[in-house]
Amino acid sequence: MTVMEQRGAYRPTPPPAWQPRTDPAPLLPDAEPYRVLGTDAAAKADPELLRRLYTELVKGRRYNAQATALTKQGRLAVYPSSTGQEACEVAAALVLAEQDWLFPSYRDTLAVVARGVDPVEALTLLRGDWHTGYDPREHRVAPLSTPLATQLPHAVGLAHAARLKGDDVVALAMVGDGGTSEGDFHEALNFAAVWQAPVVFLVQNNGFAISVPLAKQTAAPSLAHKAVGYGMPGRLVDGNDAAAVHEVLADAVRRARAGGGPTLVEAITYRVEAHTNADDATRYRVDAEVETWKRHDPIALLEQELTARGVLDEAAVESARQDAETLAASLRARMNQDPALDPMDLFAHVYAEPTPQLLEQREQLRAELAAGAAPEGAQ
Amino acid sequence: MTTVAVKPATMAQALTRAMRDAMAADPSVHVMGEDVGTLGGVFRITDGLAEEFGADRCTDTPLAEAGILGTAVGMAMYGLRPVVEMQFDAFAYPAFEQLVSHVAKMRNRTRGKLPLPLTIRIPYGGGIGGVEHHSDASEAYYMATPGLHVVTPATVADAYGLLRAAIASDDPVVLLEPKRLYWSKDSWNPEEPSAVEPIGRAVVRRSGRSATLITYGPSLPVCMEAAEAARAEGWDLEVVDLRSLVPFDDETVSASVRRTGRAVVVHESGGFGGPGGEIAARVTERCFHHLEAPVLRVAGFDLPYPPPMLERHHLPGVDRILDAVGRLQWEAES
Repeated sequence: MTVMEQRGAYRPTPPPAWQPRTDPAPLLPDAEPYRVLGTDAAAKADPELLRRLYTELVKGRRYNAQATALTKQGRLAVYPSSTGQEACEVAAALVLAEQDWLFPSYRDTLAVVARGVDPVEALTLLRGDWHTGYDPREHRVAPLSTPLATQLPHAVGLAHAARLKGDDVVALAMVGDGGTSEGDFHEALNFAAVWQAPVVFLVQNNGFAISVPLAKQTAAPSLAHKAVGYGMPGRLVDGNDAAAVHEVLADAVRRARAGGGPTLVEAITYRVEAHTNADDATRYRVDAEVETWKRHDPIALLEQELTARGVLDEAAVESARQDAETLAASLRARMNQDPALDPMDLFAHVYAEPTPQLLEQREQLRAELAAGAAPEGAQ
Repeated sequence: MTTVAVKPATMAQALTRAMRDAMAADPSVHVMGEDVGTLGGVFRITDGLAEEFGADRCTDTPLAEAGILGTAVGMAMYGLRPVVEMQFDAFAYPAFEQLVSHVAKMRNRTRGKLPLPLTIRIPYGGGIGGVEHHSDASEAYYMATPGLHVVTPATVADAYGLLRAAIASDDPVVLLEPKRLYWSKDSWNPEEPSAVEPIGRAVVRRSGRSATLITYGPSLPVCMEAAEAARAEGWDLEVVDLRSLVPFDDETVSASVRRTGRAVVVHESGGFGGPGGEIAARVTERCFHHLEAPVLRVAGFDLPYPPPMLERHHLPGVDRILDAVGRLQWEAES
């Protein structure tokens, strides 16, 4: 019988049964960014937490201003400001338990400071006297990552390792909107979901990757939607609403801690300052846009809510302002001291034991320093 | 203890045994990579480890090299000792940013607070008839990255010793496994494995007086064969197996060249910008007044790795090595 003769009787073999492996519906982000301040949800927010967030936001704004000023004075090599993004920075730090880990990018020194790291140590990278100034293990804060999104797989690996050891540790990893285009973002989210690692990814969508707006970065419905492709929930939140960011991150941390796996949170915010002091934002955006966002300021939003509820009086505002000035004054004074530098440090930590080649080079530098006018250790 | 007959073992078996012993000795040792679990790796180097230690200790990862190495960094930050398998030399390139920007720099950037005890195993080199992207001699990339140790075994015993040393090291180690020697055999007793030698020591594999062949990994057997063949020409060649490219054992290499007065560096990697240039410079700087001739290189050609049917023209062979030895200005002696 030929194939043609068979045709009348032919029934295609049905393919193996297929069904979606995960129901995508519960993973989808809301259509609108989640908000608390100025909504009915605000009534449920803990006033103690809101006051704490307020104080930290005020301090954070002052810290950003002081760091920017120090850059203009030549005390920092460069400063990528998080002005306008303080709600995300502060909430990310406050939401973690002591044993949890924070994985910051270079723009997240405020989160690092809010986590409890000495501001001078948090700014070491940007001052330029070394790369990482703090002990990551002491604070459970990874080094500030400059190569975009490369810190995300580290967070996944660390959280996975902790879970293998049976430890109650959640990792929160921070990245910007530009970083979501990097391959490491994709690989980290994929590994996290496959391993069900206790990780929270916080994307601060501040509108720009240096000069490139989000529209040139992605065609996704939202960055939070990307979560669905990995099989994890995506949450969209107003990144200038500190109460909302804190709540969404706290939910995600709780979920991770309970073994529920990773969450991707997209916080919609705005980079009020230029990318860094070396950038000129007027070349790619108009002042009117910046002014619009300044009217949706995280500190003002929280202040209005707290004042309306009568839980923030003038004394509390003044106290937050004082805390901020104390932080800034201390930072100013300490950063105006020249850091102690020892050129021999260059060779001390490349390996546990310097290679014979490095030992030779160290002696070369030592001899150069001894022969030169400048004594060893001087600038 | 009953005596165990010393049977021939392959380099592949020695590597497997090294991981097995390390995993048994230290619960923080975790093996991870593509196909390393159920399958035992495409070269079967992780054969049996998932079965013996479970999927949490020998893990099939998603197919993403940057993700594999990046998550391994996080695991090492938390105190584990990951052993990462990159499936092939040329498939390790997606992990390059993690390697260069984080693996190599983490200890230094944190002033020693965050060392990364991490082993990266990479099958490398040609001679197995692999199609494109399966045969790269990629050692020069790793050598050029401060913060990494780079080692490569050429014998069964060294495969065991170097892998154990790599896993025991508190620094990241790139272990380049010469894949064409995976099935090379040697008498090696797995019940009494070789000593775990410190990383950074070269070894003289064959003593000779006429000239030194400086080589490593897949080119060692070729050099040993060349040295045998050279006897017919009246040359008594010494062969130095570097074993460790970083740190580099200047002492052993220089001592040999001072004795012989002549040297040829042999490797598969391309000559331009390859390890041989660095080695020749180091030897010249240290042994100039002992040299009877310029240090020569026998390297792969400076071209993308050839297709399998042409690779024999590319790889350094006995004749090319002997030609180089012949150009070491012997006339001056006669």
